[in-house]
Amino acid sequence: MNTTDPYAGERLQESPFHPRLQALNIRNAWASWNGYKFAEYYYDAEYEYFCVRNSCGTYDISPMQKYEISGPDAEAMLNRMVTRDVAKIKLNRVAYCVWCTDEGRMIDDGTIFKLSSDKFMLTCGSPCSAWLEKSVFGFDGVKVADVTDNLAALSVQGPTSCAVLKNMGLIGIDAAKRFDIMRFPFHGDTLMVSRTGFTGDLGYELWIRPALALELWDELYAAGADYGIQPYGEVATNMARLEAAFIMPAMEFNEALRTVHFEHDQTPFELNLGWLVDFDKPHFSGRSALLREKKRGSQYALTKLDIEGNKPAEGSYIYKNKRCTRKIGYVTSAMWSPAVKANIALAMIRTEHLQGQLWAEIYYEKELRQYSRVARCTRKEKPFWAPARARVTPPPDY
Amino acid sequence: MNNYDAIIIGAGHNGLTNAAYLAKAGLNVVVLEKNDYIGGAAVSRELHEGWIYSSCSYVCSMMRQALHRDLDLSRHGLLLVPYLGTINFGDGGERLFSYHDGEAARLELKRHSPHDADAMFRFRADLTRYSLLIRKTLLRTPPDPTSFRPRDIHELLFLARQFWALGEKQIYEYVRFFTMSAAEYLEDYFENDLIKAAMASPGIIGTALGVYSPGSSYILLHHVMGDVDGSIGAWGLARGGMGAISDAIANALKEHGGEIRTGAGVQKVLVNNRKAVGVVLENGDQIGAGIVVSNLDARRTFTRIMDRNDLPDGIFEKAVNFKIRGSSGKVNIALSGMPKFTHVPENRYIARGGQGFAGSLETMERAYDCWKRGRWSDDPFIESVIPSAWDPTVAPPGKHWMSNFVQYCPPELADGPWTPEKRDQFGQTVVDKIERYSPGFKDLIVHMEVRTPHEIEQEIGLTEGNIFQGELTVDQLLFNRPFPGYAQYRMPGKKLYMCGS
Repeated sequence: MNTTDPYAGERLQESPFHPRLQALNIRNAWASWNGYKFAEYYYDAEYEYFCVRNSCGTYDISPMQKYEISGPDAEAMLNRMVTRDVAKIKLNRVAYCVWCTDEGRMIDDGTIFKLSSDKFMLTCGSPCSAWLEKSVFGFDGVKVADVTDNLAALSVQGPTSCAVLKNMGLIGIDAAKRFDIMRFPFHGDTLMVSRTGFTGDLGYELWIRPALALELWDELYAAGADYGIQPYGEVATNMARLEAAFIMPAMEFNEALRTVHFEHDQTPFELNLGWLVDFDKPHFSGRSALLREKKRGSQYALTKLDIEGNKPAEGSYIYKNKRCTRKIGYVTSAMWSPAVKANIALAMIRTEHLQGQLWAEIYYEKELRQYSRVARCTRKEKPFWAPARARVTPPPDY
Repeated sequence: MNNYDAIIIGAGHNGLTNAAYLAKAGLNVVVLEKNDYIGGAAVSRELHEGWIYSSCSYVCSMMRQALHRDLDLSRHGLLLVPYLGTINFGDGGERLFSYHDGEAARLELKRHSPHDADAMFRFRADLTRYSLLIRKTLLRTPPDPTSFRPRDIHELLFLARQFWALGEKQIYEYVRFFTMSAAEYLEDYFENDLIKAAMASPGIIGTALGVYSPGSSYILLHHVMGDVDGSIGAWGLARGGMGAISDAIANALKEHGGEIRTGAGVQKVLVNNRKAVGVVLENGDQIGAGIVVSNLDARRTFTRIMDRNDLPDGIFEKAVNFKIRGSSGKVNIALSGMPKFTHVPENRYIARGGQGFAGSLETMERAYDCWKRGRWSDDPFIESVIPSAWDPTVAPPGKHWMSNFVQYCPPELADGPWTPEKRDQFGQTVVDKIERYSPGFKDLIVHMEVRTPHEIEQEIGLTEGNIFQGELTVDQLLFNRPFPGYAQYRMPGKKLYMCGS
């Protein structure tokens, strides 16, 4: 009998943390991300979400794409690619960035880690090697390496996250400011910790060689046992990021390089990310188009909405009038926020109608019957969830 | 005599809420609280260094979302966290886990009784239907069925419409439901005794009824009609303890310009020409106000802080006869570690739920028999939760505290008044019972706070220690609460209102 798995070629790749994730994924709720098996949730999505808001959750971000960009021209090359001024990123700091096509349409967002004067790490949600290769064009002294499979990564988020890392023996971690990078010796290797995350709360991301992933997990979970540590999956992540008003690909934006229809992709200005576009730095992809947009004004604006009632406005249109005859936008993400106790949403709204009334037509189902309801929306300036502890250094223990 | 638009007597969560809404509406409001701390029964107290007890109430479910949003309580620091399922302990060593996940919960029921696992679908549908109906009335002023005022007629029509929408069969069922006992009601659905005992336990909580007493099925509904984020019947913990709720409401109140005075017990409501005009404090100070609202229960309000001569005929007697009947005690225990229970797997999720020491319907009824005879139950029903398993703010890391709600415990003992010794004996009874299910439990105890109805009444002014400020029996509900004719929060006397339970 043939013992090789005839489906091996079709099975998903497993994260370095997989043995631990599998043991805890008692509902077998798996999704996929960039070819990796990836938990939708482990036990109960809402419970996991609350761990992030109340104690501490861990999220396997190993499937995130990671690229090492090194060489004397690395900084110049990245600066040519992204809209933010990479020269301003200090050593051992992380910066949130976006990059665009020449038309100023957003390709993806991600983070740049400045690891040394000529070495950076770029992380992003979708594979980016082809675009990176294009961006290298014209720069001789740059080397790009896809290190996704060489680096296990675990996000540790929530109010007790700093206490857990301290308890694990990471002395001095509480001195890390937001977007700082620190390194700690770990089993003869180096554990890199950045104070970053995708939840809007206090949190860190841990980066380790895959061979040490399980040791890291075990030490972290031993240290976190008395601090409510719990793995969380994609569903809880999506809840937390929406409360923090962070954008998600295929929700708020359609990646430009995957967009078929004209301008069905977005620009950084439309996504409220104008602060990431630096016209004072040297030329970068999309500069002239973005400059034009800045002068002329954007078509859409991503808007934070607090919607009356408690029915999530998922997939709703936004109207200018209660009778719902004048369509002015669409909801990109919506949910009932358990922490804020509000019906929240992000929506793309035509900028010229932003100041007027906003109404959402919400459809919902009740025992197989469809109902609809028109609800008034209120614009919010600040993220729905932004606790002080996320910004404080040293952070509190809970 | 300084003047306010409104005085609220008592800084319990209801008093604070009332005050916050009035302040938000632009009124100049003061809340007067006899204790040095606010919150009444929704309070977090550090009685032993490092451990923060929710001394009285311990879980939250009935607080309406509207309130949370209107008063912006999240911004004022409130986070409500739902807790996972409950372990129910049977007399014979059986354990029933009410898992959070629907499929897992069903499989667990099936292990005890395949019949009951299937019956649960119908039970949930019926109970949810009743819950939705009663919930529609929660934020409304009840109608007076004898009045012809348009508002009352309109309100009665509203109720009638909701009622008729149930369909004829369900209307009969609903009426039956209101008057039945929890045990009899459950008999129609379930066969397994532990399942019945576990399901019946919400029917007695806080009330001086037994599982076989008529009316207890309504109490059951009362405890499952709340929700956490739309999940009906779910219960949550407040991060930081129940005091976090009172504190958040108080912060909202202060932000709207309201004032809270602690250590300011009210001695008497001042009434002039049948109209409330202010209060006299225990220290003799007088405070004037356009309206006076009492957060005290009906008996305390009309027999303690009002002059009998200021009340219409019969009200004093009605207040004296208002049925309050305390039935429960509370034992808060600080622990040096997480207790382990026999026949309970070491499961990270089970540890984050509650514990129900119901035993069986028989055991619960026998516990009630003790109350009737003026004794605390020697084998009590205990509803427990270990908030520190969930909340990192209420005990040091690795340490825990266990909240034990105990029935039954009478406000007055047959063999003479409560004494500190008897109080401690009552606490010991509770510890002994838990020890039976968790050998070694006693060794974990660091500190204990034992509260009988006597302490609860003395400290926070809940008459007889009744958590509902008066029994939730049909004769005292809806338009009969507290008395027929006075159910619309307006009291005998102009400009005098009530805002308690």
